[in-house]
Amino acid sequence: MCGIVGLYLKNRALESQLGALFEPMLIAMTDRGPDSAGFAIYGDEVADGSIKLTLRHADENYDWAALAEKAQSELNAGVEWFKNSKVAVFKLQTSAAIAEAFVKATAPEVLILSAGQSIEILKEVGLPENIADTFNLKEMKGSHIIGHTRMATESAVTMEGSHPFSTGMDLCLVHNGSLSNHNRLREELKREGIVFETENDSEVAAGYLTWRLQQGDSLNEALTNSLKDLDGFFTFTIGTRDGFAVLRDPIACKPAVMAETDDYVAMASEYQALTTLPGIENARIWEPEPATIYVWERSSH
Amino acid sequence: MKTINLTEQSVRDLNQALHDQAIECTEREWEVLEPKGQHNIACGLDQNISVDIKGPTGYYCAGMNKKAHVTIHGNAGQGVAENMMSGTVRVKGDASQAAGATAHGGLLVIEGNAAARCGISMKGVDIVVKGNVGHMSCFMGQAGALVVCGDAGDALGDSLYETHIYVKGEVKSLGADCIQKEMREEHIEELTELLNRAGVDEDPTAFKRYGSARQLYNFKVDNTSAY
Repeated sequence: MCGIVGLYLKNRALESQLGALFEPMLIAMTDRGPDSAGFAIYGDEVADGSIKLTLRHADENYDWAALAEKAQSELNAGVEWFKNSKVAVFKLQTSAAIAEAFVKATAPEVLILSAGQSIEILKEVGLPENIADTFNLKEMKGSHIIGHTRMATESAVTMEGSHPFSTGMDLCLVHNGSLSNHNRLREELKREGIVFETENDSEVAAGYLTWRLQQGDSLNEALTNSLKDLDGFFTFTIGTRDGFAVLRDPIACKPAVMAETDDYVAMASEYQALTTLPGIENARIWEPEPATIYVWERSSH
Repeated sequence: MKTINLTEQSVRDLNQALHDQAIECTEREWEVLEPKGQHNIACGLDQNISVDIKGPTGYYCAGMNKKAHVTIHGNAGQGVAENMMSGTVRVKGDASQAAGATAHGGLLVIEGNAAARCGISMKGVDIVVKGNVGHMSCFMGQAGALVVCGDAGDALGDSLYETHIYVKGEVKSLGADCIQKEMREEHIEELTELLNRAGVDEDPTAFKRYGSARQLYNFKVDNTSAY
Protein backbone atom coordinates (compact mmCIF):
# COMPACT_ATOMS: atom_id res chain seq x y z
CA MET A 1 0.00 0.00 0.00
CA CYS A 2 1.79 3.23 1.19
CA GLY A 3 0.55 6.79 0.90
CA ILE A 4 2.34 9.63 -0.81
CA VAL A 5 1.66 13.35 -0.65
CA GLY A 6 3.26 16.46 -2.06
CA LEU A 7 2.65 20.18 -1.90
CA TYR A 8 4.34 22.73 -4.14
CA LEU A 9 3.61 26.39 -3.46
CA LYS A 10 3.11 28.73 -6.38
CA ASN A 11 2.27 31.63 -4.06
CA ARG A 12 5.38 32.51 -2.05
CA ALA A 13 3.27 34.29 0.57
CA LEU A 14 2.24 30.84 1.81
CA GLU A 15 5.81 29.63 2.44
CA SER A 16 5.61 30.34 6.16
CA GLN A 17 2.61 27.97 6.35
CA LEU A 18 4.04 25.07 4.32
CA GLY A 19 4.38 22.72 7.30
CA ALA A 20 0.97 23.61 8.71
CA LEU A 21 -0.70 23.01 5.34
CA PHE A 22 1.16 19.75 4.82
CA GLU A 23 0.82 18.11 8.24
CA PRO A 24 -2.87 17.09 7.86
CA MET A 25 -2.11 15.75 4.36
CA LEU A 26 0.52 13.39 5.76
CA ILE A 27 -1.63 12.31 8.71
CA ALA A 28 -4.63 11.67 6.40
CA MET A 29 -2.60 8.92 4.73
CA THR A 30 -2.04 6.97 7.98
CA ASP A 31 -4.44 4.20 6.88
CA ARG A 32 -2.29 3.58 3.82
CA GLY A 33 0.99 3.55 5.74
CA PRO A 34 1.04 3.26 9.51
CA ASP A 35 4.52 1.78 10.05
CA SER A 36 6.82 4.69 9.20
CA ALA A 37 6.65 8.14 7.71
CA GLY A 38 8.90 10.86 6.44
CA PHE A 39 9.10 14.00 4.42
CA ALA A 40 11.55 16.10 2.45
CA ILE A 41 11.16 19.83 2.77
CA TYR A 42 12.77 22.41 0.50
CA GLY A 43 13.61 25.91 1.63
CA ASP A 44 16.06 27.86 3.84
CA GLU A 45 18.67 27.61 1.08
CA VAL A 46 22.39 27.90 1.67
CA ALA A 47 24.47 30.03 -0.69
CA ASP A 48 26.30 28.67 -3.72
CA GLY A 49 29.54 27.09 -2.53
CA SER A 50 27.92 25.95 0.71
CA ILE A 51 26.20 22.68 1.48
CA LYS A 52 23.39 21.60 3.77
CA LEU A 53 23.40 18.07 5.17
CA THR A 54 20.64 16.35 7.11
CA LEU A 55 22.39 14.00 9.54
CA ARG A 56 20.95 11.41 11.87
CA HIS A 57 22.22 9.50 14.88
CA ALA A 58 20.26 6.79 16.70
CA ASP A 59 21.09 8.46 20.05
CA GLU A 60 18.99 11.55 20.64
CA ASN A 61 21.71 12.92 22.95
CA TYR A 62 24.46 12.60 20.39
CA ASP A 63 27.03 15.39 20.72
CA TRP A 64 26.36 17.35 17.53
CA ALA A 65 28.19 20.38 18.95
CA ALA A 66 31.42 18.39 19.09
CA LEU A 67 30.98 17.25 15.49
CA ALA A 68 30.30 20.82 14.39
CA GLU A 69 33.38 22.08 16.20
CA LYS A 70 35.50 19.41 14.59
CA ALA A 71 34.14 20.27 11.16
CA GLN A 72 34.94 23.92 11.71
CA SER A 73 38.54 23.26 12.73
CA GLU A 74 39.35 20.38 10.35
CA LEU A 75 37.67 21.81 7.25
CA ASN A 76 38.47 25.39 8.15
CA ALA A 77 34.95 26.22 7.05
CA GLY A 78 32.03 28.09 8.59
CA VAL A 79 29.49 25.72 10.18
CA GLU A 80 25.95 26.45 11.34
CA TRP A 81 23.77 23.70 12.73
CA PHE A 82 20.55 22.95 14.56
CA LYS A 83 19.13 19.82 16.08
CA ASN A 84 15.66 18.38 15.59
CA SER A 85 15.03 15.15 17.53
CA LYS A 86 17.55 12.56 16.32
CA VAL A 87 18.41 14.63 13.30
CA ALA A 88 20.71 17.60 12.87
CA VAL A 89 20.91 19.97 9.94
CA PHE A 90 24.47 21.13 9.22
CA LYS A 91 25.20 24.05 6.92
CA LEU A 92 28.84 24.04 5.90
CA GLN A 93 30.79 26.52 3.81
CA THR A 94 32.43 23.88 1.70
CA SER A 95 31.64 21.49 -1.13
CA ALA A 96 29.28 18.52 -0.86
CA ALA A 97 32.08 16.03 -1.51
CA ILE A 98 34.34 17.44 1.22
CA ALA A 99 31.49 17.70 3.74
CA GLU A 100 30.22 14.16 3.11
CA ALA A 101 33.72 12.69 3.20
CA PHE A 102 34.35 14.45 6.53
CA VAL A 103 31.18 13.03 8.11
CA LYS A 104 31.89 9.51 6.85
CA ALA A 105 35.48 9.60 8.13
CA THR A 106 34.92 11.41 11.44
CA ALA A 107 31.54 10.01 12.48
CA PRO A 108 30.86 6.79 10.54
CA GLU A 109 27.91 6.00 12.84
CA VAL A 110 26.15 9.15 11.61
CA LEU A 111 23.82 8.63 8.66
CA ILE A 112 23.59 11.27 5.92
CA LEU A 113 19.89 11.51 5.01
CA SER A 114 20.27 14.25 2.43
CA ALA A 115 22.71 16.66 0.86
CA GLY A 116 21.95 19.78 -1.12
CA GLN A 117 21.43 23.51 -0.94
CA SER A 118 17.77 23.32 -0.06
CA ILE A 119 16.62 19.81 0.92
CA GLU A 120 16.11 18.48 4.47
CA ILE A 121 14.83 14.92 4.99
CA LEU A 122 13.17 13.84 8.22
CA LYS A 123 11.87 10.31 8.67
CA GLU A 124 11.26 7.75 11.41
CA VAL A 125 9.49 4.51 12.18
CA GLY A 126 6.05 5.06 13.73
CA LEU A 127 2.68 6.66 13.12
CA PRO A 128 2.70 9.70 10.80
CA GLU A 129 1.05 11.81 13.51
CA ASN A 130 3.85 11.04 15.98
CA ILE A 131 6.53 11.73 13.41
CA ALA A 132 4.97 15.07 12.46
CA ASP A 133 4.93 15.92 16.18
CA THR A 134 8.48 14.75 16.82
CA PHE A 135 9.88 17.05 14.16
CA ASN A 136 7.36 19.87 14.76
CA LEU A 137 6.30 19.75 11.11
CA LYS A 138 3.55 22.35 11.50
CA GLU A 139 6.05 25.12 12.22
CA MET A 140 8.20 24.39 9.18
CA LYS A 141 8.63 26.83 6.31
CA GLY A 142 9.64 26.21 2.74
CA SER A 143 8.72 26.23 -0.94
CA HIS A 144 7.73 22.59 -1.46
CA ILE A 145 7.51 19.36 0.44
CA ILE A 146 6.89 15.70 -0.34
CA GLY A 147 6.03 12.97 2.11
CA HIS A 148 5.39 9.29 2.50
CA THR A 149 3.53 6.99 4.87
CA ARG A 150 4.83 3.47 4.58
CA MET A 151 3.31 0.01 4.69
CA ALA A 152 6.43 -2.05 4.07
CA THR A 153 6.41 -4.80 1.43
CA GLU A 154 9.81 -5.16 -0.25
CA SER A 155 12.13 -4.56 2.72
CA ALA A 156 12.12 -4.27 6.52
CA VAL A 157 10.40 -1.67 8.69
CA THR A 158 13.39 0.46 9.64
CA MET A 159 14.19 4.16 9.63
CA GLU A 160 16.67 3.50 6.81
CA GLY A 161 13.99 1.74 4.73
CA SER A 162 11.46 4.53 5.13
CA HIS A 163 10.98 7.22 2.52
CA PRO A 164 11.87 9.75 1.17
CA PHE A 165 15.06 8.49 -0.43
CA SER A 166 17.74 10.84 -1.59
CA THR A 167 20.71 9.66 -3.57
CA GLY A 168 21.80 12.90 -5.17
CA MET A 169 22.04 16.61 -4.48
CA ASP A 170 18.65 18.05 -3.56
CA LEU A 171 16.90 15.14 -5.28
CA CYS A 172 14.46 12.93 -3.50
CA LEU A 173 11.70 10.53 -4.32
CA VAL A 174 8.71 8.92 -2.65
CA HIS A 175 7.16 5.80 -4.14
CA ASN A 176 3.90 3.92 -3.87
CA GLY A 177 4.21 0.52 -5.52
CA SER A 178 6.91 -2.07 -5.96
CA LEU A 179 9.67 -2.47 -8.52
CA SER A 180 10.47 -5.92 -9.90
CA ASN A 181 13.88 -5.25 -11.50
CA HIS A 182 15.47 -3.37 -8.61
CA ASN A 183 18.18 -5.95 -7.82
CA ARG A 184 19.65 -6.03 -11.30
CA LEU A 185 19.29 -2.28 -11.71
CA ARG A 186 20.98 -1.63 -8.33
CA GLU A 187 24.01 -3.64 -9.45
CA GLU A 188 24.17 -1.73 -12.74
CA LEU A 189 23.89 1.62 -10.97
CA LYS A 190 26.58 0.66 -8.44
CA ARG A 191 28.93 0.13 -11.37
CA GLU A 192 28.04 3.66 -12.47
CA GLY A 193 29.12 4.93 -9.06
CA ILE A 194 25.73 5.39 -7.38
CA VAL A 195 25.87 4.54 -3.67
CA PHE A 196 22.97 2.76 -1.97
CA GLU A 197 22.33 2.57 1.78
CA THR A 198 19.57 -0.07 1.80
CA GLU A 199 18.08 -3.06 -0.04
CA ASN A 200 14.96 -1.00 -0.72
CA ASP A 201 13.45 -0.95 -4.23
CA SER A 202 12.44 2.71 -4.03
CA GLU A 203 15.99 3.78 -3.27
CA VAL A 204 16.95 2.23 -6.61
CA ALA A 205 14.42 4.47 -8.37
CA ALA A 206 15.96 7.51 -6.65
CA GLY A 207 19.43 6.27 -7.60
CA TYR A 208 18.35 5.77 -11.18
CA LEU A 209 17.11 9.38 -11.45
CA THR A 210 20.32 10.67 -9.86
CA TRP A 211 22.34 8.73 -12.43
CA ARG A 212 20.28 10.04 -15.36
CA LEU A 213 20.58 13.63 -14.10
CA GLN A 214 24.35 13.14 -13.76
CA GLN A 215 24.36 11.97 -17.38
CA GLY A 216 22.95 15.36 -18.33
CA ASP A 217 19.26 14.52 -18.57
CA SER A 218 16.73 17.17 -17.61
CA LEU A 219 14.23 16.02 -14.97
CA ASN A 220 11.74 15.45 -17.77
CA GLU A 221 14.21 13.34 -19.78
CA ALA A 222 15.24 11.34 -16.70
CA LEU A 223 11.60 10.51 -16.00
CA THR A 224 10.96 9.61 -19.64
CA ASN A 225 13.91 7.20 -19.49
CA SER A 226 12.65 5.73 -16.20
CA LEU A 227 9.47 4.59 -17.97
CA LYS A 228 11.68 2.45 -20.17
CA ASP A 229 14.09 1.13 -17.53
CA LEU A 230 11.99 0.66 -14.41
CA ASP A 231 9.82 -2.46 -14.34
CA GLY A 232 7.04 -2.62 -11.80
CA PHE A 233 4.24 -0.63 -10.24
CA PHE A 234 4.83 2.93 -9.28
CA THR A 235 3.40 6.28 -8.56
CA PHE A 236 6.34 8.60 -7.87
CA THR A 237 6.47 12.08 -6.50
CA ILE A 238 9.88 13.65 -6.95
CA GLY A 239 11.37 16.76 -5.42
CA THR A 240 14.30 18.74 -6.79
CA ARG A 241 15.78 22.04 -5.61
CA ASP A 242 13.39 24.03 -7.80
CA GLY A 243 10.85 21.49 -8.85
CA PHE A 244 8.22 18.95 -8.16
CA ALA A 245 7.19 16.08 -10.44
CA VAL A 246 4.64 13.26 -10.53
CA LEU A 247 4.80 10.11 -12.64
CA ARG A 248 2.72 6.92 -12.79
CA ASP A 249 3.70 3.73 -14.59
CA PRO A 250 1.80 2.83 -17.80
CA ILE A 251 -0.51 0.35 -16.04
CA ALA A 252 -1.34 2.92 -13.35
CA CYS A 253 -2.65 0.57 -10.67
CA LYS A 254 -1.33 2.76 -7.89
CA PRO A 255 -3.60 5.68 -7.17
CA ALA A 256 -2.89 9.39 -7.51
CA VAL A 257 -4.95 12.54 -7.48
CA MET A 258 -3.82 16.09 -8.10
CA ALA A 259 -5.20 19.51 -7.30
CA GLU A 260 -4.11 22.90 -8.56
CA THR A 261 -5.10 26.44 -7.65
CA ASP A 262 -3.38 29.80 -8.22
CA ASP A 263 -1.62 29.21 -4.88
CA TYR A 264 -0.38 25.62 -5.06
CA VAL A 265 -0.11 22.24 -6.75
CA ALA A 266 -0.87 19.28 -4.50
CA MET A 267 -0.56 15.55 -5.04
CA ALA A 268 -1.87 12.69 -2.92
CA SER A 269 -2.60 8.98 -3.14
CA GLU A 270 -6.19 9.72 -2.21
CA TYR A 271 -8.45 12.76 -2.28
CA GLN A 272 -8.91 12.46 1.50
CA ALA A 273 -5.45 13.95 1.95
CA LEU A 274 -6.36 17.12 0.02
CA THR A 275 -9.56 18.09 1.84
CA THR A 276 -7.87 20.44 4.34
CA LEU A 277 -6.14 22.60 1.71
CA PRO A 278 -7.48 26.14 1.34
CA GLY A 279 -9.74 26.60 -1.67
CA ILE A 280 -9.84 22.89 -2.47
CA GLU A 281 -13.58 23.18 -3.25
CA ASN A 282 -12.74 25.24 -6.32
CA ALA A 283 -9.40 23.66 -7.22
CA ARG A 284 -8.85 21.91 -10.54
CA ILE A 285 -8.78 18.26 -9.53
CA TRP A 286 -7.68 15.45 -11.81
CA GLU A 287 -6.20 11.99 -11.88
CA PRO A 288 -2.75 12.01 -13.49
CA GLU A 289 -2.66 10.00 -16.71
CA PRO A 290 -0.57 6.82 -16.92
CA ALA A 291 2.99 7.20 -18.25
CA THR A 292 2.62 10.99 -18.33
CA ILE A 293 5.12 13.33 -16.73
CA TYR A 294 3.86 16.27 -14.70
CA VAL A 295 6.52 18.80 -13.72
CA TRP A 296 6.41 22.16 -12.00
CA GLU A 297 9.63 24.11 -11.74
CA ARG A 298 10.67 27.51 -10.49
CA SER A 299 12.98 29.41 -12.75
CA SER A 300 14.81 31.39 -10.07
CA HIS A 301 18.13 29.49 -10.36
CA MET B 1 -35.57 14.35 3.59
CA LYS B 2 -32.99 13.02 6.02
CA THR B 3 -29.57 14.71 6.11
CA ILE B 4 -26.42 13.13 7.48
CA ASN B 5 -23.22 15.12 7.83
CA LEU B 6 -20.15 12.91 7.71
CA THR B 7 -18.10 15.29 9.84
CA GLU B 8 -20.63 14.61 12.63
CA GLN B 9 -21.42 10.95 12.02
CA SER B 10 -19.30 8.08 10.78
CA VAL B 11 -19.65 6.30 7.44
CA ARG B 12 -20.60 3.22 9.44
CA ASP B 13 -23.49 5.13 11.08
CA LEU B 14 -24.63 6.35 7.67
CA ASN B 15 -24.48 2.93 6.07
CA GLN B 16 -26.29 1.31 9.00
CA ALA B 17 -29.08 3.90 8.75
CA LEU B 18 -29.34 3.24 5.00
CA HIS B 19 -29.29 -0.55 5.48
CA ASP B 20 -32.11 -0.28 8.03
CA GLN B 21 -34.27 1.06 5.21
CA ALA B 22 -34.13 -2.37 3.57
CA ILE B 23 -36.22 -3.80 6.41
CA GLU B 24 -38.73 -0.97 6.60
CA CYS B 25 -38.55 2.09 4.40
CA THR B 26 -39.28 5.17 6.50
CA GLU B 27 -37.43 7.77 4.45
CA ARG B 28 -37.11 7.86 0.65
CA GLU B 29 -34.78 10.84 0.31
CA TRP B 30 -31.35 11.08 1.86
CA GLU B 31 -28.67 13.73 1.66
CA VAL B 32 -25.05 13.17 2.70
CA LEU B 33 -22.94 16.24 3.46
CA GLU B 34 -19.15 16.66 3.66
CA PRO B 35 -18.11 13.23 2.42
CA LYS B 36 -14.50 14.51 2.07
CA GLY B 37 -13.33 11.58 0.01
CA GLN B 38 -14.10 8.91 2.61
CA HIS B 39 -14.31 5.31 1.44
CA ASN B 40 -17.32 2.95 1.31
CA ILE B 41 -20.03 5.61 1.42
CA ALA B 42 -23.53 4.24 0.75
CA CYS B 43 -22.40 0.68 0.10
CA GLY B 44 -24.68 -2.32 0.10
CA LEU B 45 -27.98 -0.46 -0.20
CA ASP B 46 -31.08 -2.59 -0.83
CA GLN B 47 -34.10 -0.29 -1.03
CA ASN B 48 -35.73 2.07 -3.51
CA ILE B 49 -34.34 5.24 -1.94
CA SER B 50 -32.47 8.22 -3.34
CA VAL B 51 -29.15 9.29 -1.83
CA ASP B 52 -27.49 12.59 -2.80
CA ILE B 53 -23.85 12.81 -1.76
CA LYS B 54 -22.74 16.45 -1.80
CA GLY B 55 -19.05 16.26 -2.56
CA PRO B 56 -16.19 13.96 -3.65
CA THR B 57 -16.15 10.35 -2.47
CA GLY B 58 -13.38 7.82 -1.90
CA TYR B 59 -13.22 4.17 -2.89
CA TYR B 60 -16.19 1.86 -3.61
CA CYS B 61 -18.93 4.45 -3.22
CA ALA B 62 -22.35 2.83 -3.84
CA GLY B 63 -20.71 -0.56 -4.19
CA MET B 64 -23.05 -3.58 -4.32
CA ASN B 65 -25.97 -1.21 -4.86
CA LYS B 66 -29.46 -2.72 -5.22
CA LYS B 67 -32.56 -0.68 -6.15
CA ALA B 68 -31.23 2.63 -4.75
CA HIS B 69 -30.50 5.79 -6.74
CA VAL B 70 -27.23 7.33 -5.65
CA THR B 71 -25.90 10.65 -7.01
CA ILE B 72 -22.38 11.85 -6.27
CA HIS B 73 -22.10 15.62 -6.65
CA GLY B 74 -18.35 15.56 -7.21
CA ASN B 75 -15.62 13.13 -8.24
CA ALA B 76 -15.67 9.46 -7.24
CA GLY B 77 -12.67 7.39 -6.21
CA GLN B 78 -11.81 3.86 -7.33
CA GLY B 79 -14.48 1.24 -7.84
CA VAL B 80 -17.57 3.42 -7.79
CA ALA B 81 -20.70 1.20 -8.07
CA GLU B 82 -18.52 -1.91 -8.12
CA ASN B 83 -20.63 -5.04 -8.18
CA MET B 84 -23.88 -3.04 -8.47
CA MET B 85 -26.93 -5.30 -8.93
CA SER B 86 -29.67 -2.77 -9.83
CA GLY B 87 -30.66 0.87 -9.34
CA THR B 88 -28.79 3.92 -10.60
CA VAL B 89 -25.51 5.54 -9.70
CA ARG B 90 -24.69 8.94 -11.19
CA VAL B 91 -21.32 10.67 -10.83
CA LYS B 92 -21.50 14.39 -11.59
CA GLY B 93 -17.70 14.68 -11.82
CA ASP B 94 -14.95 12.26 -12.85
CA ALA B 95 -14.60 8.65 -11.74
CA SER B 96 -11.29 7.01 -10.88
CA GLN B 97 -10.28 3.56 -12.08
CA ALA B 98 -12.46 0.42 -12.13
CA ALA B 99 -15.79 2.26 -12.18
CA GLY B 100 -18.65 -0.27 -12.30
CA ALA B 101 -16.25 -3.21 -11.92
CA THR B 102 -17.98 -6.62 -12.03
CA ALA B 103 -21.41 -4.95 -11.79
CA HIS B 104 -24.35 -7.21 -12.66
CA GLY B 105 -27.13 -4.72 -13.34
CA GLY B 106 -28.47 -1.20 -13.02
CA LEU B 107 -27.23 1.98 -14.68
CA LEU B 108 -23.99 3.86 -13.96
CA VAL B 109 -23.73 7.34 -15.45
CA ILE B 110 -20.44 9.26 -15.28
CA GLU B 111 -20.87 12.85 -16.41
CA GLY B 112 -17.11 13.56 -16.49
CA ASN B 113 -14.29 11.22 -17.49
CA ALA B 114 -13.66 7.70 -16.22
CA ALA B 115 -10.08 6.54 -15.63
CA ALA B 116 -8.53 3.15 -16.44
CA ARG B 117 -10.42 -0.15 -16.38
CA CYS B 118 -13.92 1.35 -16.51
CA GLY B 119 -16.41 -1.54 -16.53
CA ILE B 120 -13.76 -4.20 -15.95
CA SER B 121 -15.39 -7.64 -15.93
CA MET B 122 -18.86 -6.06 -16.12
CA LYS B 123 -21.60 -8.66 -15.98
CA GLY B 124 -24.79 -6.89 -17.03
CA VAL B 125 -24.58 -3.28 -15.85
CA ASP B 126 -25.10 -0.47 -18.36
CA ILE B 127 -22.48 2.27 -18.13
CA VAL B 128 -22.76 5.64 -19.88
CA VAL B 129 -19.74 7.96 -19.76
CA LYS B 130 -20.15 11.50 -21.11
CA GLY B 131 -16.39 12.05 -21.27
CA ASN B 132 -13.47 9.71 -21.98
CA VAL B 133 -12.52 6.32 -20.55
CA GLY B 134 -8.97 5.18 -19.73
CA HIS B 135 -7.01 2.14 -20.85
CA MET B 136 -8.22 -1.46 -20.50
CA SER B 137 -11.84 -0.38 -20.21
CA CYS B 138 -14.37 -3.20 -20.44
CA PHE B 139 -11.62 -5.80 -19.95
CA MET B 140 -13.31 -9.22 -19.93
CA GLY B 141 -16.71 -7.54 -20.17
CA GLN B 142 -19.35 -10.26 -20.13
CA ALA B 143 -22.75 -8.60 -20.48
CA GLY B 144 -24.41 -5.18 -20.48
CA ALA B 145 -23.34 -2.12 -22.44
CA LEU B 146 -20.62 0.53 -22.20
CA VAL B 147 -21.34 3.85 -23.90
CA VAL B 148 -18.49 6.35 -24.27
CA CYS B 149 -19.36 9.78 -25.65
CA GLY B 150 -15.69 10.88 -25.70
CA ASP B 151 -12.56 8.85 -26.49
CA ALA B 152 -11.39 5.45 -25.26
CA GLY B 153 -7.81 4.63 -24.14
CA ASP B 154 -5.60 1.69 -25.06
CA ALA B 155 -6.79 -1.93 -25.26
CA LEU B 156 -10.51 -1.27 -25.23
CA GLY B 157 -12.54 -4.43 -24.69
CA ASP B 158 -9.59 -6.76 -24.24
CA SER B 159 -10.68 -10.44 -23.89
CA LEU B 160 -14.25 -9.33 -24.36
CA TYR B 161 -17.27 -11.63 -24.03
CA GLU B 162 -20.69 -10.21 -24.86
CA THR B 163 -20.69 -6.63 -23.57
CA HIS B 164 -21.82 -4.14 -26.25
CA ILE B 165 -19.46 -1.18 -26.56
CA TYR B 166 -20.41 2.10 -28.24
CA VAL B 167 -17.82 4.87 -28.66
CA LYS B 168 -18.41 8.23 -30.30
CA GLY B 169 -14.83 9.51 -30.28
CA GLU B 170 -11.45 7.96 -31.02
CA VAL B 171 -10.38 4.55 -29.77
CA LYS B 172 -6.63 4.59 -29.08
CA SER B 173 -6.37 0.84 -29.59
CA LEU B 174 -8.55 -2.25 -29.37
CA GLY B 175 -7.67 -5.07 -26.99
CA ALA B 176 -7.26 -8.72 -27.96
CA ASP B 177 -10.36 -10.18 -29.62
CA CYS B 178 -12.22 -6.85 -29.70
CA ILE B 179 -13.30 -5.63 -33.15
CA GLN B 180 -15.40 -2.90 -34.67
CA LYS B 181 -18.80 -4.22 -35.72
CA GLU B 182 -21.64 -3.09 -37.91
CA MET B 183 -24.15 -0.71 -36.32
CA ARG B 184 -27.50 -2.28 -37.17
CA GLU B 185 -31.01 -0.94 -36.47
CA GLU B 186 -31.30 -2.92 -33.22
CA HIS B 187 -28.05 -1.33 -31.96
CA ILE B 188 -29.26 2.20 -32.76
CA GLU B 189 -32.38 1.35 -30.77
CA GLU B 190 -30.39 -0.02 -27.83
CA LEU B 191 -28.07 2.99 -27.82
CA THR B 192 -30.97 5.48 -28.12
CA GLU B 193 -32.58 3.90 -25.10
CA LEU B 194 -29.34 3.92 -23.10
CA LEU B 195 -28.72 7.61 -23.88
CA ASN B 196 -32.30 8.45 -22.94
CA ARG B 197 -32.07 6.59 -19.65
CA ALA B 198 -28.82 8.37 -18.87
CA GLY B 199 -30.25 11.76 -19.86
CA VAL B 200 -27.42 12.34 -22.32
CA ASP B 201 -28.12 14.33 -25.46
CA GLU B 202 -26.07 12.67 -28.21
CA ASP B 203 -26.83 11.47 -31.73
CA PRO B 204 -26.79 7.63 -31.65
CA THR B 205 -25.82 7.43 -35.32
CA ALA B 206 -22.53 9.21 -34.55
CA PHE B 207 -21.28 6.22 -32.51
CA LYS B 208 -19.35 3.15 -33.59
CA ARG B 209 -19.99 -0.29 -32.17
CA TYR B 210 -17.32 -2.67 -30.86
CA GLY B 211 -17.74 -6.24 -29.75
CA SER B 212 -16.12 -9.62 -29.35
CA ALA B 213 -14.64 -11.47 -32.34
CA ARG B 214 -15.33 -14.60 -30.26
CA GLN B 215 -11.94 -16.10 -31.05
CA LEU B 216 -10.85 -16.46 -27.42
CA TYR B 217 -13.90 -18.29 -26.13
CA ASN B 218 -12.35 -21.73 -26.30
CA PHE B 219 -8.81 -22.94 -25.98
CA LYS B 220 -7.33 -23.69 -29.38
CA VAL B 221 -4.87 -26.51 -29.62
CA ASP B 222 -2.97 -24.52 -32.29
CA ASN B 223 -2.02 -22.05 -29.55
CA THR B 224 -0.28 -24.61 -27.36
CA SER B 225 3.13 -23.43 -28.46
CA ALA B 226 2.40 -19.98 -27.03
CA TYR B 227 2.56 -21.30 -23.45
